[in-house]
Amino acid sequence: MAAVMPAPAASRLLMSGNEAVARAVWESGVKVAAAYPGTPATEMLEEISTYPDVYAEWSVNEKVSLEVAIGAAFAGSRSFCCMKHVGMNVASDALMTLTLTGVIGGLVIAIADDVGLSSSQNEQDSRFWGRFAHLPVLEPADSQEAYAMTKVAFDLSERFQVPVILRMTTRINHVKALVTVGARSERAGAGFKKDPGRWVMTPAGAVKRIPLMFERDVELRKLAEESPLNVLENGSDRRVGYITSGTAYMHVKECFPEAPVLKLGLSCPVPVERCRELAALVDQVVVVEEVEPLVEMELKAAGLAVLGKDILPRQGELAPHVLKPAIARLLGEPVPEMKVAPPMPVFPRPPTMCVACPHLGVYYTLSQVKNLTISGDIGCYTLGAGHPWNALDTCISMGASMGIALGLDKGRGEADKDKRILAVIGDSTFLHMGMQGLLDIVYNKGNVTILLLDNRAVGMTGGQNNPGNGYDLYDNAAPKVDFAKLCESLGVKKERIHTVDPYQLPVLFKTIRDEIKVPEVSVIITDQPCVLTKAYHKQRAYAVIDDKCTGCGNCIEVGCPAIHVTRRGKEVKASGREVDLAFVRIETSVCTGCGLCLQPCAPDAIVHYEPVSPIRLVKN
Amino acid sequence: MHSTTNILVVGIGGQGVMTATEILAEAAIALGHDAKKTEVAGMAQRGGVVSSHLRFGKKVLSPQITPGTADVLLGFEAAEGMRWRHMLRPEGIALMNTARLVPPVVELGLYDYPEDPIAAMKAAGTRVIAFDATTIALDLGDIRLGNTVMLGAIADHLPFSADVLQECVLQRFRRKGEQVVDQNRRAFEAGRAAVGEAQMAAA
Ligand SMILES: Cc1ncc(C[n+]2csc(CCOP(=O)(O)OP(=O)(O)O)c2C)c(N)n1
Ligand code: SF4
Ligand code: SF4
Ligand code: SF4
Repeated sequence: MAAVMPAPAASRLLMSGNEAVARAVWESGVKVAAAYPGTPATEMLEEISTYPDVYAEWSVNEKVSLEVAIGAAFAGSRSFCCMKHVGMNVASDALMTLTLTGVIGGLVIAIADDVGLSSSQNEQDSRFWGRFAHLPVLEPADSQEAYAMTKVAFDLSERFQVPVILRMTTRINHVKALVTVGARSERAGAGFKKDPGRWVMTPAGAVKRIPLMFERDVELRKLAEESPLNVLENGSDRRVGYITSGTAYMHVKECFPEAPVLKLGLSCPVPVERCRELAALVDQVVVVEEVEPLVEMELKAAGLAVLGKDILPRQGELAPHVLKPAIARLLGEPVPEMKVAPPMPVFPRPPTMCVACPHLGVYYTLSQVKNLTISGDIGCYTLGAGHPWNALDTCISMGASMGIALGLDKGRGEADKDKRILAVIGDSTFLHMGMQGLLDIVYNKGNVTILLLDNRAVGMTGGQNNPGNGYDLYDNAAPKVDFAKLCESLGVKKERIHTVDPYQLPVLFKTIRDEIKVPEVSVIITDQPCVLTKAYHKQRAYAVIDDKCTGCGNCIEVGCPAIHVTRRGKEVKASGREVDLAFVRIETSVCTGCGLCLQPCAPDAIVHYEPVSPIRLVKN
Repeated sequence: MHSTTNILVVGIGGQGVMTATEILAEAAIALGHDAKKTEVAGMAQRGGVVSSHLRFGKKVLSPQITPGTADVLLGFEAAEGMRWRHMLRPEGIALMNTARLVPPVVELGLYDYPEDPIAAMKAAGTRVIAFDATTIALDLGDIRLGNTVMLGAIADHLPFSADVLQECVLQRFRRKGEQVVDQNRRAFEAGRAAVGEAQMAAA
């Protein structure tokens, strides 16, 4: 993305939390920003890349992105790293020792928790890392705060020489609200100073750093008690006082405008004395925090009688329609009757793969192969678990398809002895965490067939570039991974590596069928781009000749959303068996002419679309 | 108490729901309101359900609309109106495009698409004004004008003048030249008129 002129200082802009953080990163004079995409964090780095004077990169995974940021901070420059919640699981090895070295240049790590799981495989509370790694955690409650706290975080990071966690949630990252922005200040980096006792963490070095970490804890605790980020707002309705943070604060204020509230902006370490102050004002204290009862448990441990998850849900968002009834019940009041009409039952609308997605042919084919256990992974292709394919059996975490496939192979019981194990993994996921798993399969002589779906993009998160497509974050040319050679280097035999066009169904089918029979590791690489990227080229659309369509429904099994049923019927076969018929049409305005659906159409009812021009109609 | 206006825009991924809400937010901000816009959009890009919340007023706290408190529901797709109509307050109004976008799970015969979602909403007691934004856009020469038609449709159901919204809509097309701006102006007016007429007919 090309740099554009940033809006002038004092502009008031409608910004998502992600955009607000990006602006603050630029204003703070950050030199290096690194990330691996992941909803809802992705746009932070994408936005940063539109600002001048910042180096930004897509790293291959979150751990590497954090390490890049650490290096820059060691070099004395300000650096930034962001990720979705599960990204920190990957990066945590670096984090847990980084806390001992600390930093010179300010380092801020923004972690986005997908509270409510809008697009994630689990729900996690990243504030835990603050406790685990002894780091301060800041929690903005809207875009303006996300902007302001990012700037504060850099100052704190340098003052205490500690990386700072900015804990965001989907309702911060993706909510757009007004932000008044400021000016950028330039920063001269301090430069890297050799100091092996600090930068080289051996047992002898680390053992001396641990007491320093505890000293820092004491300082940070003092800071939290005094910090203007923690605000006690008094109120007239003293029956319940609230300790809250992040979006939950907004919900609390919405529901209970008259109640005293302690808003935690710097929530780790917990300012216990401030919490006591609030408790002294009110009859009861309720801690309203998303997701885990962290502050609650710490206050209980400190001897404060607070309520929290005893009366609030432990999962999902604490929106007003959740809070109000819970507090009414606590106060023994009638639960406020919200004049809500009952929801009307409607069919579900799960996300689908795009029209002509290169994964369609793969799953259509897999759905036709018998006797498979399919170890899946994370990306658009996880949707292969759904209808109509039902061709993905497991999905845990990025890259896990490899190790799990090997485990399914080695751990197979008598009942599964004839099952073939197949793993499906995307290009970005393979480069993120999958290739180590493949090495493990090769090294330990597993019997697994791997489908490496190279659509030359990180499709799931919006089609970002990656080392597999030869472009960097700025769309500049970059070295491109050769997947076949990479797999060969990891030890897969050359003759067991095939590159196929996923739109050529017979070739794909034959290659899969042949390779699953071979009792060793094979890799089948598909090589057509994600439809939503520039690399994809649309072709002439197809249409169904109504008279020729027999209603067999085969084309529907491909799963392309451009195919629609026009009418249904029934037919009694010669055998006396009754079969359902579904006659179809193709929505030509969205069909990209990929040619998948015609392959299983026996009567050749699907042909190139001939637009009927008004002129021809007149002539006819 | 009604100091905050709650607008819910619903449809499916790829229809332009979020952009429409953003333009509505811009109009509210242009008038000096505080505003927050948020989505429930699980992997929206791929044809899933999208519901976009806009709240504006003097000061907006929670970004989310509480069920039963939306003032206006702007529906880009007929069945999605049924899915979300419980979000409306009893006196609220649903402005519904009659377009039917049938998902693969229905094509596969796993679920049924409701026969007449608009009628079902009315039967359930929702005030509905329905219009065919897709046909209006096609009549104006470009299906992509549908979003502007939708914004025109809500223009007379906001606590501010339609002109402000129209200006925010047209602003988006200024870069593309006068002809595109004109086309969108007509689309906006057509959406406005369609709702006006439907409302008259119902009265
Ligand atoms: C540790 C971690 N980081 C990031 C994500 C978010 N994420 C989910 S899938 C995916 C990448 C998908 O890309 P690819 O493997 O190329 O498959 P595609 O979506 O293109 O089919 C990402 C970044 C995640 N789930 N877990
Ligand atoms: S975004 Fe790309 S990879 Fe994902 S479903 Fe769409 S076409 Fe397929
Ligand atoms: S595969 Fe051919 S014959 Fe069968 S439903 Fe589709 S278009 Fe009709
Ligand atoms: S050719 Fe068939 S499968 Fe391909 S985009 Fe068109 S309708 Fe979909």
